[in-house]
Amino acid sequence: MDKTINQKAWFLVLPVFAVVAFSAILPLMTVVNYSMQDTFGNNQFFWNGVGWFKELLDPSTDLGGRFLASLGRNLLFSAIILAIEVPLGIVVALSMPREGWTVAVCLVILALPLLIPWNVVGTIWQIFGRPDIGLLGYTLNSLGIDYNYVSNEFDAWATVIVMDVWHWTSLVALLCYAGLKSIPDAYYQAAQIDGASRWAVFKAIQLPKMNRVLLIAVLLRFMDSFMIYTEPFVVTGGGPGNSTTFVSIELVKIALGQFDLGKAAALSLVYNLIILIVCWVFYTVMTNAGVERPAKKGGA
Amino acid sequence: MSVTLEHVTRTVDGIPTIRDVSLTLERGTLSVLLGPTLSGKTSIMRLLAGLDKPASGRVLVDGKDVTGADVRQRSVAMVYQQFINYPSLTVYENIASPLRVQGRPREEIDRRVQEAAKLLRLEPFLKRTPLQLSGGQQQRTAIARALVKGADLVLLDEPLANLDYKLREELRAELPRIFEASGAIFVYATTEPSEALLLGGDTVCMWQGEVLQAGNTSKVYRHPDTLRVAQVFSDPPLNIVGVEKKNGQVAYAGGIQAPAAGLYASLADGPYRVGFRAHQLEVAKGIAGRHAFHATVTVTEITGSESFVHLNRGASNWVAVLQGVHEYEPGHVLDAVLDPENVFVFDAADRLVAAPARA
Amino acid sequence: MARIDLVDLAHSYGGNAAPPESFALKPVTMTWRQGGAYALLGPSGCGKTTLLNLISGIVTPSRGKILFDGADITPLSTQKRNIAQVFQFPVIYDTMTVGQNLAFPLQNRGVPKAEVEARVKQIADLLDLTPYLGRKATRLTADAKQKISLGRGLVRSDVAAVLFDEPLTVIDPELKWQLRSKLKALHRELDLTMIYVTHDQTEALTFADTVVVMHDGRVVQSGTPAELFDKPAHTFVGYFIGSPGMNIVPAAVSGHEARVDGHTIGLHRNYGVLPAGAKIEIGVRPEFLHVAAPASGLLSATIERIDDLGRARFARVRVGDEKFSARMPPGFSVPDNMVGLVFDPAHVHVYADSRLVEGVA
Repeated sequence: MDKTINQKAWFLVLPVFAVVAFSAILPLMTVVNYSMQDTFGNNQFFWNGVGWFKELLDPSTDLGGRFLASLGRNLLFSAIILAIEVPLGIVVALSMPREGWTVAVCLVILALPLLIPWNVVGTIWQIFGRPDIGLLGYTLNSLGIDYNYVSNEFDAWATVIVMDVWHWTSLVALLCYAGLKSIPDAYYQAAQIDGASRWAVFKAIQLPKMNRVLLIAVLLRFMDSFMIYTEPFVVTGGGPGNSTTFVSIELVKIALGQFDLGKAAALSLVYNLIILIVCWVFYTVMTNAGVERPAKKGGA
Repeated sequence: MSVTLEHVTRTVDGIPTIRDVSLTLERGTLSVLLGPTLSGKTSIMRLLAGLDKPASGRVLVDGKDVTGADVRQRSVAMVYQQFINYPSLTVYENIASPLRVQGRPREEIDRRVQEAAKLLRLEPFLKRTPLQLSGGQQQRTAIARALVKGADLVLLDEPLANLDYKLREELRAELPRIFEASGAIFVYATTEPSEALLLGGDTVCMWQGEVLQAGNTSKVYRHPDTLRVAQVFSDPPLNIVGVEKKNGQVAYAGGIQAPAAGLYASLADGPYRVGFRAHQLEVAKGIAGRHAFHATVTVTEITGSESFVHLNRGASNWVAVLQGVHEYEPGHVLDAVLDPENVFVFDAADRLVAAPARA
Repeated sequence: MARIDLVDLAHSYGGNAAPPESFALKPVTMTWRQGGAYALLGPSGCGKTTLLNLISGIVTPSRGKILFDGADITPLSTQKRNIAQVFQFPVIYDTMTVGQNLAFPLQNRGVPKAEVEARVKQIADLLDLTPYLGRKATRLTADAKQKISLGRGLVRSDVAAVLFDEPLTVIDPELKWQLRSKLKALHRELDLTMIYVTHDQTEALTFADTVVVMHDGRVVQSGTPAELFDKPAHTFVGYFIGSPGMNIVPAAVSGHEARVDGHTIGLHRNYGVLPAGAKIEIGVRPEFLHVAAPASGLLSATIERIDDLGRARFARVRVGDEKFSARMPPGFSVPDNMVGLVFDPAHVHVYADSRLVEGVA
C-alpha cells in the first residue's frame, strides 16, 4: 500500500531498537561467538570453528546422540500434545455457553490454569502424582494400577502430557471460543432453516470460521511445547533415565551441569533455527491450505 | 481554497484502482461522486484526504503540491457509511471532540457545538450517548462532528446507505441546506442516481477507476458524454437499442423501419446506438410520429403512483415507467413507443451525438 | 406451500405481564393465502422483524398462535417448521462450491441425489448461476453471494413459506432492478408463499401483491400497492408510502369543504359528522397537488426548493407554518417565489385522529 510517508516516524522505533539490541542481538552474538570456541574454564577460550556443529549433527558422537535423541522426544511430545489439545480445545469451546452469566464463570475457570506460574504447575503435578501422598498417584495405585512416574518411562510421559494438557488446553479453547463468537447469528439461523445437523454446522460454518484462530493456537502451542522446560524439569527432572529429557533440559545440563559453553551455544543456535523453520513451515502450509485470504476490499 | 488531482493513478496489488484522474474541486461546491460499487469512489476520497499516496500524478491544494504530505496537516473531515461515534461520550462531547483536540477555548467550543447541533436538529439529544439514538440521529451526530471541525474539505462516503428509506429521504432533503451554510468543499459518494439529482451541485461520474464526466449535475444527467455515463446515471437502468440510418430512414435492430424524423433527421448515415430512460418509453397505440415496438411483458412492478413494466424484445430488456397503476400479465405483447425527439443518440464510438432539447 | 394464519398473535420480549404498550408486536389476526407474495413494510423498530422471527420460529410468541394450513405450529422449532429464509447479508458456506451451497438444504433432508441435481440445476438456471456451480462461493462478489443465499432459500419445493429479511440491502441499484424482477418472476414460476421484510417502500410495493404496513408494533394497513397509495387508512401509511410522502395538514372540515389557512378546498365526498374533539387533518399526495401561477381561488404558497428527480419535479412549498410537496407540471417555470396550489378533489382524504374517515358520496 502506498500510504503517505513521514520519515520522522522512524525515530519512534529507535528506543525499541536499542532495547532489542541489548536484550537479543548482543547476547545472540555472544552465543555465536561461544559456539565457535572451546573452553576449559578460567575464561580461557580456544578456536574450534564449526566443530561443535559437526559433532551436534553426528549421531555417533556423545553430543550428537544426546541432541538427536532429545530432539526426537521433543517432536514426539509436541505431536502428542497438539493431537490432544487442539481437538479437545475445540470441543470445550463448542460446549461453552454462548450468552448469559455462565459465560463469565466458564471463562474464569478456563483462565485459571493459565494464570499459574509454570514451576508451580510442575510442583502441583509432582505432588499430585506421587504414589505415597499424591491424590492421583495414591488413587491409581489403590485401584490396582501400578503407577509411578519416577521409575516407569510410560508413566512419566503420561504425567508430563496430562499436565501439559491440563495447563494449556484452556488457551486453545479460549482462542477457539473467540473465533466462534465472531460468527454472526444469521449463519446459525440459516443452518437451522437449511436443516443442517450438528456435525454439518460444525463442518460447514464453525470450523472454517475458526481456521484463523486455530492456526494461531497450533503455532503458539507448538512453539511453547517445543521449548518446554520448567514443568517436566520440576516433575521428572528429565527421567527416568533420559526418557523425558527434552532439548531444553539437555541444553541446561550441558551448559550449567558440565559448563561446556561451546557445545551448549552451538546447540542453542541449532535449536533456535529448528523452531524458526518449523514455525515458518507450519505457517506457510496452514495459510495456503484451508485458510481463505480475506476478500479484497477495494475502493467502493 | 481548491483541491486538484492531476493525472492521478493508483494501483493496489498491481491492479489499477484509479486510472489517470484529473479533477478540481473549488471552495463552496458540492461534488457528488456517482458510480457503482468498486468504481473508485472511496479511492478518490482517500487520495483527496491524503490517506493514500498516488502511484503517479500530483495532489494540489491551492496550487501547492501536497502529494504524500501527512493527512494530519490537511484540513479534512470524513463521514462514513457506518455510524462512527465515540460510544461512551455524549452527543455534545462527540461533536465537541475535534475542537477539544484543537485546544479551542471553552466558550468557542460551546458556541460552535450549539451551532452545529442546531443545523442538524440535534439540540434535544445533546445529553444522550449515541447508542440511545436512532440510526438517523447517530449519523447526524457524525455529520455534525465533521462540520464543527471547520475543515476545508468534507468527505461523505455513502453516508445514508445504512439508514431507513424514509430517514434517508429526510436527511437528503436537509443536506443541501447544510452544505450551503458551511462553505467548505463537499464531496459526497453514492451509488444512487436519484441521490445525485436531489443533492444537485456537480456530479462526477465514475466507472472502473476512471472519471467519465464531471460537471453540473443537471447537465451531466441531460447531456451524458457517452453511453456509459448515461448508464451510470440512470435508475431504472438505461434502455438501449441499435439503429442504422440510411436514405432518410432509420432501421432499429429487430426489424422496425421508420422515417428519420426528430433527432435522427440531422444525423449522417451509419450505425448508432440509442439510449432512453424508463420514463422516455411510453406504452400507447397509434400516436403519429412515434416509433412503435412490439415488446413482451416479463414483469410488472407497481408502486401505486407508478408502474414499472419490464419488457423483452429479442436480446434486449427494457423498463418503462408509467404513471398510475397498469397491470400487464407476463407474456402480454404491447406497443412500446419512442418519441424520436426524446432519445439520446450515441455514435459507433458510444459518444453522444444528439440529446433531447428537454428531458 | 401453505396458507398462514396468525391468530391473536403478539409478542413482548419482557413477557406477557409487561404493559400492552411495550409489546414489540401488538395482537394481530390475519390470513396469508398460499402462493401469495407479501411484504412487511415499516421503519426500524416497527415490529416487522419480530413478526418474521415469530413465523420462522427463532422467537416463540408470548401470546397467540400461528397456523400453517390450519395446523398449529407455534411450539415447533425452526427446523420442524419447514420454512426457508434469506438474510440481510449473504450467508455462504465458505468451504463449499456454489452447487454444494445450493444442494445443502436438500441433502440435509435426505432428498434423492437425482432430484437434488435436477432442482439445483433449475434454480441455478433461474438465477443465472449455472456458470459458477463448480466454483468456491467465497471468491464471488456480494451480489453473486446474495443470489446463492436466495437460491438456497428457493431450492426446496415443499416449504411452507420463504422469508426474506431485507435481502437487497447490499446490492447496487442497477443489480437491485434485476434481482427484484427476478424474484418476482421466480415467485410466479415456483408457486411459493413468500414473505418479504423491508423498510424500502419501492422494494415492498414492487415485490408484493399485498403489503402489510407496520408502525409501532401494529399493523396499520394491509392492502395492494394501489390501495395503499390511493387510500391510506392511516396518516402514517400516507407519510411512509410514496416519495415524497403524503401532505398531511390540519384543516377544518365540514360537508363538502375543508378550510386550510383561511382558504376553502372542495372535497369530492360529504363529511357530515366528524368525531367531536378529534384532530382533523386532510391528506393529499404530491402527485395530486400541483403548482400553478398564483390566482384568486388558489391557495397561495411560497416555494422553498425544487427537487429535480429527472423524470419529474416536485416543489417544496410553504403555506403559513405548513409545508407541502407539490408536482411541477412539465415546462412550468416559476415567475417569482409565489405560486398557487391546485388540489385534485377526488384524491383529498380526511383523517380524524390519524385514521381515514370515509365520506358519503
